[in-house]
Amino acid sequence: MFLISCPFCGPREESEFSYGHEGHIARPADPDSLSDAEWADYLFMRKNPKGWHYERWNHARGCRRWFNVARHTVTHEIRAVYKMGDPPPAIEP
Amino acid sequence: MKARYSIFSLARNALNYHQDWRQAWRSPEPKSEYDVVIVGGGGHGLATAYYLAKEHGITNVAVVEKGWLGGGNTGRNTTIVRSNYLWDESAAIYEHSLKLWEGLSQELNFNVMFSQRGIMNLAHNQHELRELHRRINAIRLNGIDSEILNVEQIKAFCPILNCSPTARHPVLGASLQRRGGTARHDAVAWGYARGADSRGVDIIQNCEVTGFRISNGRVQGIETTKGYIGAKKVACVTAGHSGVMAGLAGFRLPIESHPLQALVSEPVKPVLDTVVMSPAVHVYVSQSDKGELVLGAGIDAYNSYAQTGSPLVVEHQLNALVELFPIFSRLRVLRQWAGIVDTCPDASPIIGKMPVEGLYFNCGWGTGGFKATPGSGWVMAYTVAQDRPHPLNAPFGLERFTSGYLIDEHGAAGVAH
Ligand SMILES: Cc1cc2nc3c(=O)[nH]c(=O)nc-3n(C[C@H](O)[C@H](O)[C@H](O)COP(=O)(O)OP(=O)(O)OC[C@H]3O[C@@H](n4cnc5c(N)ncnc54)[C@H](O)[C@@H]3O)c2cc1C
Ligand SMILES: [Zn+2]
Repeated sequence: MFLISCPFCGPREESEFSYGHEGHIARPADPDSLSDAEWADYLFMRKNPKGWHYERWNHARGCRRWFNVARHTVTHEIRAVYKMGDPPPAIEP
Repeated sequence: MKARYSIFSLARNALNYHQDWRQAWRSPEPKSEYDVVIVGGGGHGLATAYYLAKEHGITNVAVVEKGWLGGGNTGRNTTIVRSNYLWDESAAIYEHSLKLWEGLSQELNFNVMFSQRGIMNLAHNQHELRELHRRINAIRLNGIDSEILNVEQIKAFCPILNCSPTARHPVLGASLQRRGGTARHDAVAWGYARGADSRGVDIIQNCEVTGFRISNGRVQGIETTKGYIGAKKVACVTAGHSGVMAGLAGFRLPIESHPLQALVSEPVKPVLDTVVMSPAVHVYVSQSDKGELVLGAGIDAYNSYAQTGSPLVVEHQLNALVELFPIFSRLRVLRQWAGIVDTCPDASPIIGKMPVEGLYFNCGWGTGGFKATPGSGWVMAYTVAQDRPHPLNAPFGLERFTSGYLIDEHGAAGVAH
């Protein structure tokens, strides 16, 4: 269990949030021109790193807004919380 | 060949106060090159080694494990074995595996304590009940034993289950696979390890694979904490770490790693002689031979490699347990842990060739691969030996994510364990 700082409401328990998986996966700009392999890549392939992970969370039992988090997948430490649309911040390893 | 285990060897060793048992497998230093290197000494990796040697005569093989044998999900799972899957492709591979389980202790000369105590899946609402009927019919068409129990039959089969119509989630019916059950998880790893070792396979523990050497699109060997090991073929069977291994080899997989928690209660006298699973309230429970209740539920939602999970998942699972079994409400929990499971979007495994020549992966079993250990090793050995999938695992290639031929067991199986 960890605390997540919702950028709109402040620190709350993990149980108030829903997980939105890997962030920064851009929807294809021109879906009609995508090959099957490109669709597979967009829909299914994931980085799944052992280390820092840029991911989305939703404050489902709170303000119900989406935001991004940089979280370590071994220590669960959260290093950055930032808004949707913002670029992923660089993180010192 | 090793000395066989038998009642006579047990008696003979008892006379010596069990001082003279020989090690069940060697711990050799790695050779400079192997025909096949298997990364991951869990049940699936060890079974792959065993069947490579036994079925395909390939014995210049090493199993490289970063920790100890079975220290991954093999030794952390709740040991449910069943083959009642909905889709034909899954039915074929899980049933193949179940048939191997049925002869496994004899085959390995090692007691894997496979106990066909039955596995019962509960339905708590009309929709679930209809789904259950549909699934049972499909499963029976595939020749796999499965039956429906009504509430009276459930009460007779498992008297301690709360079947009161006024329960918060009343039990309306259940499916039962009598050939399903549980097995001793460590014994499966140890039995396969012993069998593989006696056929010449080198089992190398405490040796982490840190990279692949790849040239001209073909794997040449692996970098490890014990140095470089050459390999004509590399089979990666690393469960929760498969995404990390794919990253080292330069590609991505449709896999996320999540913690899956389990717990055991203090030991009590025999009270539950089957496996009960409820997808709706989400808990599954059996009783081990030691008397502990073995309990599991769902994954933690977030990606993690921490082999721990959040208490809220445990709370949820215990709520469900005492709802179904009020008799357990005053039991204490003895131990809790998590394993890192490799979940796939369609809750089916990925077994086959990879974008690098000579590199094979067997992963994506997620929350439910223990039951598949023998069958998975068997098809993986075939795939590596022949450089092409066996018909049983051909549908489970990585290509399905491009072709769209997903084998969606998520909705189908309800609970994927
Ligand atoms: C709590 C829990 C309950 C479960 N319950 C069930 C159940 O009831 N029924 C069921 O069928 N399934 C269940 N499962 C799923 C099942 O345990 C797994 O699908 C299965 O064990 C995977 O088998 P494996 O042998 O491939 O994995 P593992 O035993 O995890 O083996 C993979 C091995 O690879 C090693 N490894 C990883 N990276 C490296 C590296 N770089 N170098 C060298 N070695 C490496 C690891 O140390 C590990 O030993 C459960 C899982 C968990 C965690
Ligand atoms: Zn909020």
